Amino acid sequence: MEKVDARGISCPQPVLMAKNAIEKSPEGIDILVDNNTAKNNVSRFLKNQGYKLEYENEGEDILIKARK
Amino acid sequence: MKEKKSILLTGAITGLIAVLLVHFGNPKNMGFCIACFIRDIAGGIGLHSAPIVQYVRPEIVGLVIGAFLVSVANKEFKTKGGSSPFTRFILGMVVMIGALVFLGCPLRMVLRIAGGDLNAIVGLVGFVVGIFIGVFFLNKGFSLKRNYTLSSFEGYLFPITNFLLFILLVAGFSMLHFSEEGPGSMHAPIWISLIAGLIVGALAQRSRLCMVGGMRDMIMFKDSHLLSGFIAIIVVALIGNIAFGYFKLGFAEQPVAHTDGLWNFLGMVIVGWGSVLLGGCPLRQLILAGEGNTDSAVTVMGSLVGAAIAHNFGLASSTSGASPNGKVAVFICLAVVLAISIANSEAFSKEKSPIKASN
Repeated sequence: MEKVDARGISCPQPVLMAKNAIEKSPEGIDILVDNNTAKNNVSRFLKNQGYKLEYENEGEDILIKARK
Repeated sequence: MKEKKSILLTGAITGLIAVLLVHFGNPKNMGFCIACFIRDIAGGIGLHSAPIVQYVRPEIVGLVIGAFLVSVANKEFKTKGGSSPFTRFILGMVVMIGALVFLGCPLRMVLRIAGGDLNAIVGLVGFVVGIFIGVFFLNKGFSLKRNYTLSSFEGYLFPITNFLLFILLVAGFSMLHFSEEGPGSMHAPIWISLIAGLIVGALAQRSRLCMVGGMRDMIMFKDSHLLSGFIAIIVVALIGNIAFGYFKLGFAEQPVAHTDGLWNFLGMVIVGWGSVLLGGCPLRQLILAGEGNTDSAVTVMGSLVGAAIAHNFGLASSTSGASPNGKVAVFICLAVVLAISIANSEAFSKEKSPIKASN
């Protein structure tokens, strides 16, 4: 399982990180973001790739859990 | 889908308001132009003395305050900064110089297309080429590194600065400069301009409207989301321009434009490339700065200085074409963007990029 820390990274790089991560671990990834724009962009990308998403709040940050 | 509706609606309303601003007095095809308006503000506060482009554009203030208020209301206001601020300042300058060689930011490019200005199609081709180059470096691990949470007040300062600038304008502060002729003298009434900016700023904050993001996401991820906003602006502004009789198809004698194809092209290559590196077009930088991103505030300040330099050094184009100094500046700007691209890409430097690094 790939874990990605995309906090503080400007767009579109969180999406690029998600893309790289699912190539390494197609079964699913956890990706941590710190703003809604990154959350929405990463979510849109992962949904288009056929993943199911769950969200967990970690203080100010959001953990996106993507699974096939 | 809610997200899709939001971006389409933002694009459509932005296109409509842009045409209405022309109706109320803004220069043609310049309902909004972030580059031109920041340039006018640079003149308005005396950073340059080009007599035809000096005015304190309330649209800019409105965009920033609109984004600020909505982001606070939605708890999306977060003060962040520290992601290569000086590199962003320089990129802000360079993007501004490219935009002033073309005569418009990406948003005005879109509005010029909607007005029938075919020179803007040449600009669009350059813009897309620039985005492709930027995407190439993103795929090579380009990153300006992470930003960090800072004190809230740091984030409030940019909206406050804009508010104070607006106060100076409405108070009739005598040290401001106002054009008596040319594009700077053409403007909608202050309150209409402010409200237009507030509406578009609020909507753009909600929908993340970005002119460079549309093409970029399409190229990188086959994601048409942001591009649909870009297209909505063109469609609605085109209909509006035809309805108001502003539409004029052709290359020659377009409002606040020139016909030097090569320089229209190269100017927008710089804008597209630089904006990809910055993570958003000049409009998006204003919105981000309004919601607490002080790296974007630094970028806007870079644009302000870039605009002053562009006019003080004779780099900006006029309606008769690109200037000799402007042509030299284009190549210097391309070299600067290339150097920044290489120095910050993992594939070409020893720098560790957060993009490729995994645990």
